Amino acid sequence: MMESASVTAEVIVAQAVSIFDVGDGFVLPVLIKLVFVLALFFVLPLVGGYLEHKAMGRMQARRGPVEAGPFGSLQLVADGIKFIQKEDLIPRAADKWVFAIAPGVALVPAMLIFLVLPFGPGVFALDLELGLFYALAASSVSVLGVLMGGWASANKFSLIAGLRAGAQLIAYELPLILAAIAVAVQAGTLSLVGIVEAQANFLIPGTEINLWFVFPQILGFGIFFVAALAELSRPPFDMPIGDSELVFGYMTEYTGIKYAMYMLTEYAGMISMSALTVVLYLGGWQLLPGVPLPGCEAGGGLFDCSPVGVISGVLITIGKIMALVFVMVWFRVAFPRLREDQLQRISWLVLIPLSLLNLAVITVAKVVF
Amino acid sequence: MAATSLPGTGLLKGLGVTIKHLFREPSTQMYPHERPDLAPRTRGVIALMDENCTVCMLCSRECPDWCIYIESHKETVPPAKEGGRARTRNVLDRFAIDFSLCMYCGICVEVCPFDALWWSPEFEYAEYSIDGLLHEMGRLREWMDTVPPPPQLDEGAELPAEVADAIGKVEQERELAAAKEAEAQQAAEAPAEGGGEKAAAGAAPKQAEIHVEAGQIDQETYDALIAEGKSERMARAKAKAAWVKKEKARLRAEQEAERGGAGGGDAAEQPAAAAGDAGDGDAADTGEAADAGAAPAKRRLSDVEVEGDGEIDQETYDALIAEGKSERIARSKAKAAWVKKKKQEQLDQEEGG
Repeated sequence: MMESASVTAEVIVAQAVSIFDVGDGFVLPVLIKLVFVLALFFVLPLVGGYLEHKAMGRMQARRGPVEAGPFGSLQLVADGIKFIQKEDLIPRAADKWVFAIAPGVALVPAMLIFLVLPFGPGVFALDLELGLFYALAASSVSVLGVLMGGWASANKFSLIAGLRAGAQLIAYELPLILAAIAVAVQAGTLSLVGIVEAQANFLIPGTEINLWFVFPQILGFGIFFVAALAELSRPPFDMPIGDSELVFGYMTEYTGIKYAMYMLTEYAGMISMSALTVVLYLGGWQLLPGVPLPGCEAGGGLFDCSPVGVISGVLITIGKIMALVFVMVWFRVAFPRLREDQLQRISWLVLIPLSLLNLAVITVAKVVF
Repeated sequence: MAATSLPGTGLLKGLGVTIKHLFREPSTQMYPHERPDLAPRTRGVIALMDENCTVCMLCSRECPDWCIYIESHKETVPPAKEGGRARTRNVLDRFAIDFSLCMYCGICVEVCPFDALWWSPEFEYAEYSIDGLLHEMGRLREWMDTVPPPPQLDEGAELPAEVADAIGKVEQERELAAAKEAEAQQAAEAPAEGGGEKAAAGAAPKQAEIHVEAGQIDQETYDALIAEGKSERMARAKAKAAWVKKEKARLRAEQEAERGGAGGGDAAEQPAAAAGDAGDGDAADTGEAADAGAAPAKRRLSDVEVEGDGEIDQETYDALIAEGKSERIARSKAKAAWVKKKKQEQLDQEEGG
């Protein structure tokens, strides 16, 4: 009994060493990591949101925000301040407690994903051996907050939206996980840092050419990205919000800071899903396949880095994340919302069979080569 | 097309369209920093030209939102002429539009018969309180200054009645002045040249120059018309017109005689020409009375009136029936034929006599 517990503990314990593990104490590194995670959680979504406002505006022949801060860059901060000032309304018929904690239930898992996301050489809070599993599990808890909010609002639109969100989660969790499994199979590990390392060391069999997983698994990459969009209820899969059908979906009855929490969840989800895609398919903090970072010694030019290497690694990762966020925005502008039945059809009849095929091919290839 | 193209090309096209726009200059107008580029006749706010308002209340009554408030009182205006009647006039005391109710339909502007309400392109009149949107006469009058001038008429369009009248008057005066000048010139030149075509051509006045105030009736015409069995009213009107014509002809003849005396020109020709002018002058007045007063022109069938009691031309009727036409059509055509025949007869008679 004791033995199995210790094995479990060993399995979920950190693998690689974080640069935040300073000193021998327990409190200091934990504090630093908390600050790191919270800073990422509150800053990156704002950057992504600003990118969305600006890119979407330009694509629609607008300018986007221009007044708040230089080039409108503080618009989302101003929005946050405004939301805090707003009256916090709770509908009389609402289930008050559920209504009140639902945004938090959505927000906290979105925050927890940031614990395991590696942003650079050693720049992560934790490197769990089950990192991928943990990230996907945490991301799917967010939908619980959506369901709770939709149910507790005592509003038919919200209820329909909550149920749509539930159905969407069930439908798209499968292709998402099946695509991720294929990556884990190819990398031979569930640790996110391990997957980045595996990509840096993956060579085309019989050659010296290094490749990221996006090339052998282009199908899996597409499936993962589409499923991630659907998981996040991003257009064209935003049926749970569906402002032309459902007013504003599960957020209809929410005001003020609770509404802001839902919005932050959405933007944080965009960041964390993009970060996961970067880690799984796009080589993490590697600039180009086979190119080591400056000042990095070990592990194919990925680890034991000088400060320059660390900073450039972080910048490369964030650049890739923002590129993916941009693609999400691009899709949002270009494509109209799907119908609910089309959404389900795409998942069950297209994405899931394709992801199973992808998994089979990758597994066979892994065994053969 | 759609059937043959690869799946997903539509999606890529959509992405292409949006990415193209990313690099285009946005069409945003940076409004508070620079004036927006508005259409010249933008409907921003309703302005009031209070001098034009007669308190007819049409705008207020037509307003679907009942957002126009008008208050007025009556004033007595002393008679314009000696011995005339004193008139009453409405004086505008208050004219207010509540722009918190107004829906900018513009019906008031359309319906105003005296051009007292106008659309102004001004739009910056937001208020912190909804009460502030009730604007009184003073403010509405200020907006009048921002109303752009009316647009140019299309090329070849008819001038507005009042403008045409004014231009006509000015031209008349000019012509009169020119005629007088020519007369003076003629008088000066006459001894030297002994009159001539130049004088006659230069001085030939147009009919419009001679003004005759209608008032009397031409008794002769009146009697003739009454005898013909026309109504009293019609006979009077036609007789009046005839009198005016005659009077004009007379005045012209006098004028010619005067000029003829002064210039010694071909005056003998003029009265006849004047009479002819009077005869076919005003198309509106052309009628028996006018004809009576002038040299008879070639008369046409339509100038002759024949009244029948339903007589039919038996010949025509029989021919039509034989052709297999219906009885009704044959009868009506035969009737027309009879009238035509009778008219021709009458015309021949007149010409013969």
